[in-house]
Parts: sequence; structure tokens; C-alpha cells
Amino acid sequence: MRSDTTDFPLKNTLINNFVEHGKDIFTNNKESIIDIRKQAYTKFIEQGLPTQKLEAWRNTDLTAVYNEEYDHYYTQSNVIKDIDSVFQCNIPHLNTTMIALLNGWYVYKDVPLKTMADGTIIGSLAEAMKVYPEIFDKYYAKYATSKDDGFIALNTAMAQDGFFIYVPDNVQVKKPIQIVNVIDYDKNIFLQTRNLIVLGKNAELTLVHCDDSYNHQKCLCNTVSEIVQDENSYLDHYKMQNVNNNSTLINSSYFYMKNNARLTTNGMSLNGGILRNNNHITIDGEGCETNVYGLYLMDKKQHIDNQVFIDHAKPNSLSNELFKGIMDDTASGVFNGHVLVRRDAQKTNAFQRNKNILLTDKAKVNSKPFLEIYADDVKCSHGATVGQLDTEAMFYIRSRGISEDSARMLLMYAFCDEIIQKITVEPLKHRLEDMVKKRLRGELSVCAQCVLHCSHPEKEYNFEIDLSKI
Amino acid sequence: MLLSIKNLHASINGKEILKGVNLEVNKGEVHAIMGPNGTGKSTLASVIAGRDVFDVTEGSVLYKGKNLLALPVEARASEGIFLGFQYPVEIPGVSMTNFMRTAVNEQRKYKGLDPLPAGEFLRLMEEKKKMVEITAKLANRSVNEGFSGGEKKKNEIFQMAMLEPTLSILDETDSGLDIDALRIVANGVNKLRSPENATVVITHYQRLLDYIVPDFVHVLFEGKIVKSGGKELALELEEKGYEWIKDAVI
Repeated sequence: MRSDTTDFPLKNTLINNFVEHGKDIFTNNKESIIDIRKQAYTKFIEQGLPTQKLEAWRNTDLTAVYNEEYDHYYTQSNVIKDIDSVFQCNIPHLNTTMIALLNGWYVYKDVPLKTMADGTIIGSLAEAMKVYPEIFDKYYAKYATSKDDGFIALNTAMAQDGFFIYVPDNVQVKKPIQIVNVIDYDKNIFLQTRNLIVLGKNAELTLVHCDDSYNHQKCLCNTVSEIVQDENSYLDHYKMQNVNNNSTLINSSYFYMKNNARLTTNGMSLNGGILRNNNHITIDGEGCETNVYGLYLMDKKQHIDNQVFIDHAKPNSLSNELFKGIMDDTASGVFNGHVLVRRDAQKTNAFQRNKNILLTDKAKVNSKPFLEIYADDVKCSHGATVGQLDTEAMFYIRSRGISEDSARMLLMYAFCDEIIQKITVEPLKHRLEDMVKKRLRGELSVCAQCVLHCSHPEKEYNFEIDLSKI
Repeated sequence: MLLSIKNLHASINGKEILKGVNLEVNKGEVHAIMGPNGTGKSTLASVIAGRDVFDVTEGSVLYKGKNLLALPVEARASEGIFLGFQYPVEIPGVSMTNFMRTAVNEQRKYKGLDPLPAGEFLRLMEEKKKMVEITAKLANRSVNEGFSGGEKKKNEIFQMAMLEPTLSILDETDSGLDIDALRIVANGVNKLRSPENATVVITHYQRLLDYIVPDFVHVLFEGKIVKSGGKELALELEEKGYEWIKDAVI
């Protein structure tokens, strides 16, 4: 059932839109950015939308998604009707600096870009492009290169807004920054957002990034983030995905690390139609440490595809990957972990693990951990398991009087707990414990505090945003 | 009569392991089941507890006058049956506290009782820990994860103390224990003995029976109980070996 053509009508629509809406897309862009867009546009025409013919897309079929019709827009006013419709994310005791994107656009009350007391700059990417051209000349589109697939080129050519965070040298940002990315539109929508995060030398940041949707509408969201970490910086990054079953998220994150930089990125995929996460990590320094974690809980016809590429370009660094998933009903999953250890990257430690539990005969996972090693003095390991709930453990638990359902819950939760325990932000950890339990019980959609209410579309929700936080 | 097993046949993957077991246990009694490896001792324990990999092909098991074989595993536990595992299972991510609280409260629910309040539950845990001489902090550790062989067996007796069963079946509880751990485990079992409950101890060495003194000793051989007697039978077996039974039976 593989498509032999990349010439979907969607591709042509996008190509035409670039020409027709060029004036909007290029609004306030410097020549250098316009050049980058044009080059990416040419590249996209050549690459098209990725299909299963590409090795990296072999197990994820987007044909049906491409064949949908979407609204496209290139000015903010068309899609932001009511800024108050962005909700206030309610994580008890989590004191964050909150910023919000609504349908791909940065929303704000007073200023689109602000400098915090500690010097950290937070705000709209579109605005930052205008105000800080020197930062964009140095970092923008330098890491998310168009060689990977058409989505990257497409995003570089056409994405207009997203969030921008710049932490100057020696600044340790005290409060976590929370990004709430909300999709709330009454028709099918095609969204592209672009994010840039730069951490200076010795900078430290905790970032919680939530993707949520408010209704049942179909959406195809192509997000590209570039995250640059200078020497000895520390980033604690969380990505929460909890969108409706008609949503397709293509989420590509490009991390670039210099000497002694430390990164933990933890992706929690709780709900979504098709979720594709590309984590591309370039370790271009010595003494770096990177942890890449993921947890996915999929059911019905949902599909999750996690791609991790870690490029060890320099010696003496550590990378550690752990992805765990539970698949129910006819859900399907993909894990492709690729660790490249270059010739110079001696004394590299690289570990890769992917564990899956299939609850039904029809759920499936394609797991491919892969090490490519050109250095001779390294310590690397990889492993993948796909199995059912442990029947010995089930019997043991039930023999103490615990019902079969409760025993399953205990075991499934225990399986997830290993990832949840990696969360260092306590209120967030407790929140996730709660959400994962609810998800496993099939109750997530009725959670009063959760934005996801796809099983109750008739229920009216009033979302409040605390504008003082923006 | 607490437990009455008649002509019990059970098989796994078509292979018959139990070939007509008869056994009667009354409240207040301690029974020991002995026999060489591979004769069906653990299978008997598993079938009573409700392990579904075994097919019961013939015979009956009555417990408190009810047909035990018709009950699911967890209902048997709530009715008062406890299996002390030969190889306790490690369950990473499930804390002992969470495990025991769930077990105690699900058993209470079965009996129509309200859940135990948290404070009361924790006091109960402390009390039972002392009873089985567990000094290590259990509460936040995952069930059996990283426990030594001795700790795992003590943990079985601790769970037995928490759940206060009517019929305990201890499967090779002595295997892998040094003499100190053996004494502690046996003391725990003895403290839990009462005229209202019964214990079935499965072992193949007489050693355990110096500490847990049985009222009856049965020898299980090739899927059947071939000889029963008082505690002196264990000593005779120890002295003459299982060859003696084989010769006597064949």
C-alpha cells in the first residue's frame, strides 16, 4: 500500500501558497531570512511530502492525512479570534512562566517579546526575527537542515511564528518556562510552527512544552524546533502530547550541544491520532551528557513514531535513551533509534533501550535500535523488547486478592513509572502520575483539569488564561 | 472440614502431573507435604491457589464446603487462601505499601468492609513487620525487587501476616534460606498459627519441620499421596531417603 507518488494535491497547494502569500510570509523578514525561505522552498519542491518510500517513514503512512483538505492561513488575524480561548493550564503547585501559542501563533496581551529581570528573552519568534537579526543569523536554520525530509524544508520555507527563548551566558532561569501550544479551530487546519531556543554558556533552563487540542477537528501540525546549548549549559526539557484522535503532529526537534552541555528531554505521548517525534541530537563537544526518554500510551487506531538520532561527533560524552510504550486495541508504534559514534568520538558511552507492552493481538510495534560505530574505544549497548504483561506477576498479584483489572493497572503503571520517575520537577511529576493513571484507566478524557475532552464534544468549556503570565 | 481434596487430577500442556490426590485439612492443623523433585508438590499448591496454566481434568476441591475450583484466583485469596511462593516474583515500580494496601482493601471490599484508613494501615504494616522480624524499610521498595533470597521469603511471611489467611500453603519456603533466616521465617509462621487456621508446608527436607512441627506428614510421589503419617514419618524419610518410598510403592 505504499504510495509511489509524492504529488499529493496538498503539495501543490503548499507550493502555490508560497507564491500567492509570499508577501504575508515574508512580513518583516530580513533579506537573509527570505533567502533561507526561498532555498528551503526549492528544496521542498524537490523532496515533496515524505512517503513510505523513505526509510525513515517506512512504518508511518500519512497518505490519508495528505488527502484531507485543510485551511491554510498566513496572517494571524484569520485564526486568532479570541485570545481568551487559550486555557490556563492547571498544574497544582507548578509555578511557571507561561507562554502560549494558539493555532501556531504566539499570543500575548502587551508585548510580543520581553526581557525578564535575569536577562532571558522570551516571546514570539516572528517578533524576535525582527528585533534580534544577529541571533538569527547565527543560529536560525543552521541545525534543522533540509536534508532529512520535506517537512523540514516546508517548515523553514513557510512557518512564520512560534516561540523564541534566549538565555544569556551564566543565567540560571529559576522558574520553569511552560509553553502551552493549543489547537482550537472550527475547521480542518494545517499548521506550521517554528521554535528557537538558545542557551548561553553555563545557562540553565527547565522547559515544559505542552501540545493540546480543544476540539475534534482534524489538524496536521508540522513543528520544527532548534535548541542550541553552549558550553556547560543545562536543559531539562519536557514534551507533553495530549491532542485529539484526529490530530497529526509532526514534531522535529534539533538539539545541538557544545562541551560539557547536559540535556534531558522527556516526551510523554498520552493521546493523539498520529504522533511523529524526530529527536535529532548533535553532540559536538566533549563531556556532554544527554538523556532521551519517552513514554507513549496508545490505543484505538492511534499511531506513534519516535525517531531518535544521536550524533556523537566528539569524545568523552554519554547518551542514554529509554523509550517505553503500552499499545492497546489496534494501535501501532515505531521506534527507530540511531546512534552514530564518529571516528573521533573515543570513550563514548551510548545506551539505547526500547520496551513495549502489547495488550492485544492486533496492536503492533516496529522497534529498531541501531548503533553505527566508527571509534574503537567505546561502550555502547542497545536492546528492544516487545511483550505482554508478565503472567507470573499477574498471578502473584491476584493471589493476594487483587482483581485482574487492578493487577493489570498495577503492572501497567509500574511499567510507566520508570519514565515518570525521571521527571525532576516534582509538581509536574505528580501531575503526570495522575494523568498516566487516568489514561490507563481510560478516564483521561473526563478529567476536569485536563484540556482533552474529546469524548464529550457537546460539553462546553470555558478556558481562562491568566494574562498576567504572558 | 476446611479443605477436602478428592481424586484430583491436573495437567499442563496435556501432561498429567497430579494423578489422583486425596487430602483433608482441618482448622488448627499443620500438614507437611514432602517428596522428591518433580512429583507435583508445587503443582498441587498452584492448583489450590488457582493458577490457570494447569487444567484440572478430574476430581474435586472443597474449601469451607464451597467448590474452590469455580473461583477465580483473587476470590480464593479473599476467601482466606494464601500461597507462599517458592520463587516470589519481582515487580519493579509497584511499592510494597501500594501492593499491600491494594490487597488488604480489595479483600475487605470482597467481605463488604470499608477500606482501612491510611494511618491504621501503616500501623498494621509496622506491627506485622515486627512480628516477622523485618528491620529493613519496606514501604517504598518495589515488591521483591533487589531483595535477597532470605528477604523474599521473609516478605512472603510478612504478606501472610498482613492478610491473615485461613489456609496458608507455603511452597518450599525453606529453600535458599540460611539457618538464621529459616528460624525467623518459621517463628513467623508459628506466631500466626491459631485454632482457626491451618497451614500446609511443602518441603523436601526434614530441617524445616524441626521449626514448624507438623501434625501430619504426607509423601507425594508421582502425582499421588502415597504415604501419610505423623511427624515421625519425616524423620524416617530423612533417615531412609526417598528411595525407600520408591521401593515401597513400586
